[in-house]
Amino acid sequence: MGTPSTLRDDPRLKWAGLALIAIALIALPFVLAMAGTAWVRITNLAILFVLLSLGLNIVVGFAGLLDLGYIAFYAVGAYVYALLASPHFGLHLPWWAILPIGAAVACLFGVLLGTPTLKLRGDYLAIVTLGFGEIIRIFLNNLSEPFNLTNGPKGIATIDPIRFLGLDFSSATRIGEFALSGTIKYYFFLLAVLVVVIVVNLRLQDSRIGRAWEAIREDEMAARSMGINTTRMKLLAFAMGASFGGIAGGMFSAIQGFISPESFVLNESVMVLAMVVLGGMGNIWGVVLGAVLLSFVPEILRYTVEPVQRMLFGRSLIDPEVIRMLLFGLAMVVMMLFRPAGILPSAVRKRELATGREGDGDDA
Amino acid sequence: MVNGLTLGCVYAVVALGYTMVYGIVQLINFAHGEVVMIGCMVAFSVIVALAPTGLPPFVIVGAGIAAAVPACMAVGFAVERIAYRPLRNAPRLAPLITAIGVSIVLQHLALLVWSRNIIAFPQIIELKLFHFGSSETSAAISNIQIAIIATSVAMMAGLLLLVYRTRLGIAMRATSQNPQVAGLMGIDVNRVISATFVIGASLGAVAGAMVGTYYGIAHYQMGFLLGLKAFSAAVLGGIGNLAGAVLGGILMGLIEALGAGYVGDFTNVCLLDRFLPGFSAVCEASPESSLFGSNYKDVYAFIVLILVLVFRPSGLLGERVGDRA
Repeated sequence: MGTPSTLRDDPRLKWAGLALIAIALIALPFVLAMAGTAWVRITNLAILFVLLSLGLNIVVGFAGLLDLGYIAFYAVGAYVYALLASPHFGLHLPWWAILPIGAAVACLFGVLLGTPTLKLRGDYLAIVTLGFGEIIRIFLNNLSEPFNLTNGPKGIATIDPIRFLGLDFSSATRIGEFALSGTIKYYFFLLAVLVVVIVVNLRLQDSRIGRAWEAIREDEMAARSMGINTTRMKLLAFAMGASFGGIAGGMFSAIQGFISPESFVLNESVMVLAMVVLGGMGNIWGVVLGAVLLSFVPEILRYTVEPVQRMLFGRSLIDPEVIRMLLFGLAMVVMMLFRPAGILPSAVRKRELATGREGDGDDA
Repeated sequence: MVNGLTLGCVYAVVALGYTMVYGIVQLINFAHGEVVMIGCMVAFSVIVALAPTGLPPFVIVGAGIAAAVPACMAVGFAVERIAYRPLRNAPRLAPLITAIGVSIVLQHLALLVWSRNIIAFPQIIELKLFHFGSSETSAAISNIQIAIIATSVAMMAGLLLLVYRTRLGIAMRATSQNPQVAGLMGIDVNRVISATFVIGASLGAVAGAMVGTYYGIAHYQMGFLLGLKAFSAAVLGGIGNLAGAVLGGILMGLIEALGAGYVGDFTNVCLLDRFLPGFSAVCEASPESSLFGSNYKDVYAFIVLILVLVFRPSGLLGERVGDRA
């Protein structure tokens, strides 16, 4: 007690800070709704991307395995939800049953993909996952013949929204004078899931498993000599990352109400990777920041660059979508060159990336 | 079969680009597919510009290739400088990520220049078919296919000569064996690595022009699948091994062409109906459809890649394989 404690260490201040953040997050959608419901929807998508980035962070950040087809697991989760809760097969299971199924199926795919490749070098994994992402999309596109499983490029529509405590998330609920729109309800639902996922991630990072991943990432040989079953641990990272992707995919399905293979192209995988890289691989808060930044900046650009171009040249010269992708590509290159550990680097990762630069080139 | 061989030659030339870079820096050049795409696009632009002049078609295509090669060399050089050189001693995750970033940037720059539509190559070469038999239905080879196969063979021969007969080739082989020692022997390792990227890119440029003329279309995202298939071909043959890349490429082309045809026939719903229950309704409704038709042709390369990685990670002609992540 007598020791000089910094503000950070005071538990009361910490709780007060958390409460402040919580209030801000609860108030956020109502403030945004004043600017337009579109912004709330963008925020919801941003939270989905945060969830995806956190999932990918387990694979890339914690275990140091480059996964370039991460969106495939998102697609698997989304399609599981869509098939089990839409008129397509006439099934209407509740969300709390489907989300775990989606996570399990995505996890299974992760294991299937990881088993042959994780024994090999990291770059094989990168290219195999890259191909896997594309293959899943090709299958989704073509599995309408001869059995109509995915409805092909037309996608699956009228997917059931989430229903919870008698609330239908697809439409507005009136509480007296006050209307709570469906988008805002989804915001709170996503926020709740996000909090759970972040807590799980934080606990995971400090757990035995998390430390094993870190060891593998830093030096696989050494990790193996310390008795870590590296292949199994890597597979576990891959499977867990995949399950988080599956959960995020299921929620995407529920929120959009319509999915098609178009939503799961390679660029999406690259975007999620860019978010992880920008924020700081291996740092949970960094990844959250990266995902939020890269979700909002392109949207803000969309609303500013387009009018500016129209004003200057009379027409839109550069498609905002292109700017967005250029931004993602550049973000990855620039970050890796100048600040490889990300905006908010994780302490260990920073040390590792720094020493890697100075000396042990033979290791690479 | 002929289609497969032609396609295989193109894959082989692209795979050589991957395998050369891998042999020297032990890294996959993720942007190589994009280099091929840019080669295709530049060749396309030149061919479109020259098409109305009435020059002989082979001169026009030659000019297209001649323009594409330096353009791709520049891109290859830039990729190495930006994405690989500064990070040569960094953990291997870093250059992979920059390479992905560079390839996304290249893709979307190409989108800005050449639009997002599928662009059609002008039909300047009149298609002539040469039949192997006397009847009209016997197997045939077109003049374009002959040209592609001949060009590919010439490129491969040229590359082999370069690697095994010139000073640069000796330097390249030395660098791939041990960069430090090669440096001590007075070899400018940086220059050799640059040269490797540039040569790989020029092969990619020619391959891009060939793909464009063969399919008659180009698209800003074409590099991705092509690159993936060529990489699978390089792994199939044994990455880092030049002969392996050629063999792998040709095999991959054959697998894709024959696989699309035969797997489709074998999984025809009516054929399946004879062995498995449950297919009869589908068979009656659409007797032509099959479980895995030609729309799955892009999947075969990937399946081959996985199978090779599981059963023979060093590839058909490979010597060594690292298992470090």
